[in-house]
Amino acid sequence: MPALLADQPLLGALLALLCLGAVFGALLGYAAVRFRVEGNPISEQINALLPQTQCGQCGYPGCRPYSEAIAEGDAINKCPPGGEETIQALADLLDVEPQPLDAEHGVEKEPVVAWIREDECIGCTKCIQACPVDAILGAAKVMHTVIADECTGCDLCIEPCPVDCIDLIPRKQGIGYWHWPLPADRAPRFDVIASDAHRQDAA
Amino acid sequence: MRAIHDIHGGIHPPDRKSLSRPGELRDAAIPRTLMLPVRQHLGVPAKAVVAVGESVLGGQLMAEAQGAMSVPVHAPTSGRVIDVAPYPLAHASGLQDICIVLETDGKDEWRLMSGVTNWRELSPEALIERIRDAGIAGMGGAGFPTAVKLNPGPARPIETLLVNGTECEPYITADDTLMQCQAAALIEGAQILAHVVGAGHILIGIEDNKPEAIARVEAAALEAGANIEVATFPTKYPSGGEKQIIEILTGQQVPSGGIPADIGLVCVNPGTAVAARQAICEGRPLTHRIVTLTGEALARPGNVMACLGTPIEDLLVEAGLTLGAEQRIIHGGPMMGFAVSDLSAPITKITNCLLAPTLSELPLPGPAKPCIRCGHCAEACPASLLPQQLYWYARAKDQEQLTEHRLFDCIECGACAYVCPSQIPLVQYYRAAKGQIRDSEQERKRSDNSRDRFEARQARLDAEHAAREAKRAARKAAAESKADEEGADPIQAAIERAKARKAEQDKTP
Repeated sequence: MPALLADQPLLGALLALLCLGAVFGALLGYAAVRFRVEGNPISEQINALLPQTQCGQCGYPGCRPYSEAIAEGDAINKCPPGGEETIQALADLLDVEPQPLDAEHGVEKEPVVAWIREDECIGCTKCIQACPVDAILGAAKVMHTVIADECTGCDLCIEPCPVDCIDLIPRKQGIGYWHWPLPADRAPRFDVIASDAHRQDAA
Repeated sequence: MRAIHDIHGGIHPPDRKSLSRPGELRDAAIPRTLMLPVRQHLGVPAKAVVAVGESVLGGQLMAEAQGAMSVPVHAPTSGRVIDVAPYPLAHASGLQDICIVLETDGKDEWRLMSGVTNWRELSPEALIERIRDAGIAGMGGAGFPTAVKLNPGPARPIETLLVNGTECEPYITADDTLMQCQAAALIEGAQILAHVVGAGHILIGIEDNKPEAIARVEAAALEAGANIEVATFPTKYPSGGEKQIIEILTGQQVPSGGIPADIGLVCVNPGTAVAARQAICEGRPLTHRIVTLTGEALARPGNVMACLGTPIEDLLVEAGLTLGAEQRIIHGGPMMGFAVSDLSAPITKITNCLLAPTLSELPLPGPAKPCIRCGHCAEACPASLLPQQLYWYARAKDQEQLTEHRLFDCIECGACAYVCPSQIPLVQYYRAAKGQIRDSEQERKRSDNSRDRFEARQARLDAEHAAREAKRAARKAAAESKADEEGADPIQAAIERAKARKAEQDKTP
């Protein structure tokens, strides 16, 4: 055998490559089984960026199903509560071009919370069953109320209410939520030729 | 003699302090109505405990604190509560917030107050309680609840109580006046606060442009005891920033994101120390403060002791303001203050200065021109940040890079904007960016919470469903086993029963 290998150097090299291939193949195969990741990690990351209103405006029953759909290749612009900011974050994560919000699924609104007009509530518990985050408290035939800190403003409770006693009111009101706005961009846009600026002013 | 260190950057704007004649203090008239906002501090607003129509005495509690990060509000004089409703505030937003409106009766009757003189025998906890109940929030400008600051926890032993008498911002002389007129009270207040935090050493830092205040405080300190040191250092803006004065006087830097207590210091404003002495020794809550009224548009600029809640307009008219249409009123100093949109807004615990400049004195800022990357801002920044990088990232709303470039170490002193040759309102960019980052942070917390709740609900529904299924399966199994026992198929039996009944019915008619 050694004599044969000495005569045929090509055969020796082939044999060595074959052995290496078999060893690394086995290693890769073992690693694939041993370190298998359950679920789809990218959909987890997407889900972390979605606003978790669970409103279903995207056409999926909740944020997790939508995140799974995005991971499978669905569009990233179907989430009105998240708005431009979420689209931007998703585009960064997935390394795709950000698109404007798909108006078919709704428009970006300011954050709201549900508010039950309590003397009109008949205690039917329909809204409690509809609430995706268990943010409504109450029992049959007694008044219900919304835990404002937990409400996502998804509006799923509005439709089932038989007496229409639920309002959506802005969540961020008052001086405590205010912060400075970015300054208006008043920098004059000069073109390359300075005299263009005068033309702009005149226009 | 203490070694004085230098801070990075800083600027030397004209200080214009002599305009308001520091050292002379007069009492402002008690106005007909006082408007006391329930939010005069950083944190949770207080809650009004007086009803409309109720008569109150001076010093009476009108709004109580809500939790630890909150301070109460007291009546500055006697009168009747005529409204508790939103009114315009001296706030950069121009928004309204809940105020307790007090119609004063001119008698200025006070409730009975009892202080203690033997405070050295009281425990720090008892003293902190008294300071909290007196409604004291930091009087330097941020309004941080003092009781919280005085309680840094056992993990942070305090060696030094630092009284920050720098007052580096141009025009303002409220602390200067306080140090000149109430030096003895300041020293005793500092001793009380040092006792509370367990500091063995008291350090009072004053910029060298206040020789009168330095002399008075030194004399009072000499009289009081040996553990009080008065340190003076060269004038430069913004030496009075908390982290800046600590570096100047100790050479140590407060870690990024940390508080002075991390390096064994508690830093307070002289006004806070005097208010603490009043609270402990006289039992008197914080209801008045010294306000600098200044600017060339005033005929009689000066420092006044005013009731909290006095409308800005009343104070300025008393100081000889003739209101022109173009007149800007700035709350705070020219560097860090903001223009007030409604002059009926009241002064609060954090109002150290009202500035009424003429147009030639403080011209309106011109339009911002493009950044030319000159780098002057980076040279002026006292926090050693890169203002132009922050500016670009703020415009791009790149929160990751802003955090990376330590946006939250920015003290918003305005030195960068002051030196900017393109007149870019840099600080406003940073304030906006900070607000956006805090907002996103909150939203993220909220959405994480919603996700947990959604998943918990989903798990509960699934469990209920599974339980129902299991029950159904169990019933089915029971029926089948019963059928096996009796040897007959229950479904077949039921069908036969039904058939029999139907046949019966068919027969009957």
